[in-house]
Amino acid sequence: MSNYSVKAENINKTFGRRLIFNNLNFNFLNCGIFGITGPNGSGKSTLVKIIAGVNAPSLGKIIHENEGEKIIPEKLHNHIGFVSPYLFLYDEFTAQENLSYTADIRKIKLNQEKVDYLLNEFLLYNRRHDSVKTYSSGMKQRLKFIFALMHEPQLVILDEPTSNLDEKGKESVYKIVEEEGKKNIVIIASNENQDLTLCHSTLALEDYKNQN
Amino acid sequence: MKAYALFRKDLHSELRTRYAVNSLAMFIIVAISVILFSIGQERINENLTAGLYWVVIFFSAMSGLARAFVSEEERGTSLTLQLIASPSTVFSGKLIFNLALVFAMNTVISLLYAALFEGFVLQNFVLFLITFVLGNIGLAVSSTIIAAIIAKAGSKGTLYPVLSFPILLPLILTSVSLTLNSINGTSFEDSIFEIAIVACYDIIMISTSYMLFDFIWKD
Repeated sequence: MSNYSVKAENINKTFGRRLIFNNLNFNFLNCGIFGITGPNGSGKSTLVKIIAGVNAPSLGKIIHENEGEKIIPEKLHNHIGFVSPYLFLYDEFTAQENLSYTADIRKIKLNQEKVDYLLNEFLLYNRRHDSVKTYSSGMKQRLKFIFALMHEPQLVILDEPTSNLDEKGKESVYKIVEEEGKKNIVIIASNENQDLTLCHSTLALEDYKNQN
Repeated sequence: MKAYALFRKDLHSELRTRYAVNSLAMFIIVAISVILFSIGQERINENLTAGLYWVVIFFSAMSGLARAFVSEEERGTSLTLQLIASPSTVFSGKLIFNLALVFAMNTVISLLYAALFEGFVLQNFVLFLITFVLGNIGLAVSSTIIAAIIAKAGSKGTLYPVLSFPILLPLILTSVSLTLNSINGTSFEDSIFEIAIVACYDIIMISTSYMLFDFIWKD
């Protein structure tokens, strides 16, 4: 089990004069699967980007701590794995090249054993040397999971994790999410009931629209 | 080194996709051909030679160097980079790539100029070499940070030269003057003021770029 925590303090996000959510507080500790739900446009993707440090909140702050120590924004990416439909890998490279370059840029040694395990779990092992541009949208989505998990992050953020996936792909995702949830924090932003049934607790964003 | 790994990724990607190299090569060939056709048999003076040399460099840079960030934005891979590297690593990697591209591009332009223009005879080669190195560093740094700024904008093609012109003007004017000095054979001591301007420009651009990049890179 990791000793990681994500704490949100009075998060508020506005785009111009449009309020997305207000006065949002939560504290995710050590491990578990946490859901974020809400109708389209409620700010699920915005919130996960704020948690990942990619976007800034309009007010409030997100505090990431590992082993009791605050993580500085410059190092945050080392602790996070992120999957979303708007995340793209490099089409001109093969799956293996994408993962090798990612490991090099992260300055970690590529754990080929772990990568091979994930490639097998996500049914991509036989296609690992093919260019990503030849992949279907479902295969690209499955590759994103390997990209997100290869560096063994303590916080796994999944925005609409099962979009573009067939039943077999969904099964692989649920198996891995349950495995990860036992040792790390997994955040799922989704409207799919099947995705949300995995969650130990769920945050409904429509409850945070109040101006006050 | 993380930035070097990012540079290797970009180089490998460039060799496969030829995003920047093709547009740079085409622009260099077209620009030099147009100049050669328009001057015909006339021998242009040193002032014009030095000026045209940097005009070709400026517009070639405009046609290719923005790709460093624009291609990431267009392919939707900016988020991927944000998730695997710190802003300073991303900027350093892109800067190394643009430096390599600028040095390669300007070496080709210089060789073509030396072969095709009678007036491009360097009396003070060391001075030219210093101008070449400092000018290229300034050009690469400025182009990289401007590319990062315009990558998220709508009309990138127009915005890039518009934003680059005022930022690069001091560098280009001083580099033209130094190139003219190296063609005329002006001594190093007499050109020290211009060299100091270009060196200071480079230092200022490098420091401000690293300070600003974090704000530009994050939404």
